Amino acid sequence: MQTGTITSAWEENQFVLAAAGRWDIASAERLGPQLRNRGPDRKGVPVCLDLSGLTALDTAGALLLDRLIRRLREQGHVVAVVGARADLCALLKDVQRAAAGVASRHQVTVEKGPAFPLADQIGRATIGIWHEMLSMLNFLGLVTVTALRLLREPQRIRLKPLFFHLEQVGLNSLPIVGLLSFLIGIVLAYQGADQLRRFGAEIYVVNLLGIGVLREIGILMTSIIVAGRSGSAFTAQIGTMKVNQEVDAMRTLGLDPVEMLVLPRMLALIIALPLVGFFANVVALAGGAVMAYAYLDINFVQFARQLQVAVSTTTLFVGLVKAPIFAAVIALVGCYQGLRVSGSAESVGLLTTRSVVVSIFLVIVLDAAFSVLFSYIGI
Amino acid sequence: MAAPVISVRGLKTRFGAQVVHDGVDLDVQKGEVIGLVGGSGTGKSVLLREIVGLMDPSAGTIQVLGQDTARLSERERLSLQARWGMLFQDGALFSSLTVLENIKVPLKEHTALPPDLVDEIAQVKVAMVGLAPDAGSKYPSQLSGGMRKRAGLARALALDPEILFLDEPTAGLDPIGAAAFDELIGSLQKSLGLTVFMVTHDLDSLYAICDRIAVLVDKKLVIGTIDELLRQDHPWIRDYFHGPRGRAANAAKGS
Repeated sequence: MQTGTITSAWEENQFVLAAAGRWDIASAERLGPQLRNRGPDRKGVPVCLDLSGLTALDTAGALLLDRLIRRLREQGHVVAVVGARADLCALLKDVQRAAAGVASRHQVTVEKGPAFPLADQIGRATIGIWHEMLSMLNFLGLVTVTALRLLREPQRIRLKPLFFHLEQVGLNSLPIVGLLSFLIGIVLAYQGADQLRRFGAEIYVVNLLGIGVLREIGILMTSIIVAGRSGSAFTAQIGTMKVNQEVDAMRTLGLDPVEMLVLPRMLALIIALPLVGFFANVVALAGGAVMAYAYLDINFVQFARQLQVAVSTTTLFVGLVKAPIFAAVIALVGCYQGLRVSGSAESVGLLTTRSVVVSIFLVIVLDAAFSVLFSYIGI
Repeated sequence: MAAPVISVRGLKTRFGAQVVHDGVDLDVQKGEVIGLVGGSGTGKSVLLREIVGLMDPSAGTIQVLGQDTARLSERERLSLQARWGMLFQDGALFSSLTVLENIKVPLKEHTALPPDLVDEIAQVKVAMVGLAPDAGSKYPSQLSGGMRKRAGLARALALDPEILFLDEPTAGLDPIGAAAFDELIGSLQKSLGLTVFMVTHDLDSLYAICDRIAVLVDKKLVIGTIDELLRQDHPWIRDYFHGPRGRAANAAKGS
């Protein structure tokens, strides 16, 4: 296969450029630099572009020829194209027409950037957060209204998806929540024991564990794991359904996506999270008890007796009362972000990430708010 | 006659106990436009996927541009792939890239051209497939179905391939858009000297641009020009070309 070449010569009063061989994408790489300064050294000379030796031409080759012709014309030469085979000439014409449109477009696409890019970005981000907050509030309202409507007609609550999601977010999360809580219990007991031993107050490690786990750590850890595990799953499931237009299909069939998709998930999580949280509490205390026995020689009977002294049922309920609220927030954020997915696979990934980040953020903020509230009312 | 561009011999495809193709033979000549038709579930798309190497047949050989696709090294396969382009049903554009970036992907992957030339080639392709100039900077989700197909075609044509594979190119387009797309493929085929292999259900496309038609019936291919197929007395082929839609397309062609 003969690759493309370009040669130049003077012939009487005109400058002859002869292109020969295959002018295709494989030769374009080599031909490009050769064409850069090709042309007569005097102004206003007629140039003859001889294409009679051309055996093949593709878009890339035609574009190179077109660039050459355009440059020579801009430099003030009269260019005549001769000798091209009819089919190659037709392609060259097509490309020239297409490229002419491209060239004229370059002028219009120049856009002026903002004067202070950083300020511009901060401003846009702030307004973006504000709009997102508003539209999430809007979504909360929509879900509440739908839930109240459903409360009047409880027979419309869809039990099958409800139990499916209960299994998914509740039962199936027990192993990972259990394992992590057990480890947290061990770590807390170990660290606490190290400090308390200096005062000879090892037994108070049980108080530390009991209050720490039951009031705060148990539910907080559970919520964070569930947000990462189930909140993201909600976003991905609903988002993929949106990409496949399943959500639109539901609407055209007269089914309410909030009722079909959001409420079963939310209800399932509100029921499951307190239960999983209670389980996490028990397992974390068990982890602490094992550590206390191994490290501090506090046996299980002592541990239980001290725990009875240290915590009351109030302590337990102060922790557990937060669970349904956290559950509602996680489900709300997960479903909301899922319904915001539009069009592409990329947006599913982006919004799934955001769903996890936002729900964990909100859970921690709410936990802090609860702490303040409880200390205010003196529990 | 010159060696065929695509040559399929004794191809068999089985999914478990279900036999889809049983001895398919096909030769496509250079510069030809061939349309593949068949009922739902007869394995049209499967045959296309086997030819472009997305699936392996159970038996038989497939030669594309003189090379046996089953016996290629990774390198040979890559360089062969640069010589064909494929348009998927809904364009299959990369959703995280703009149209221009989509077209540049094969150019950057298979050539070492300077960036400004790559840029210009991509823009010329956008113009050649009849997209508005500002479509190049848009993302696929911002385009209509017809525009996505055109953008997909521009990407398939980025490397100036010798063969163009089309999967239902006019499905989902309105009749005017479909006719314009047929015309576009026809004119690009002529100016670029392409060989086109398309799976289609659109009788108008078959009449408008196909030189020959391959019909998948009874797990085998029946190949011929439209006139030859009109004379066939296989029931499915007769129903297909002599049914109300077939007659309408034939009348449209005649007028």
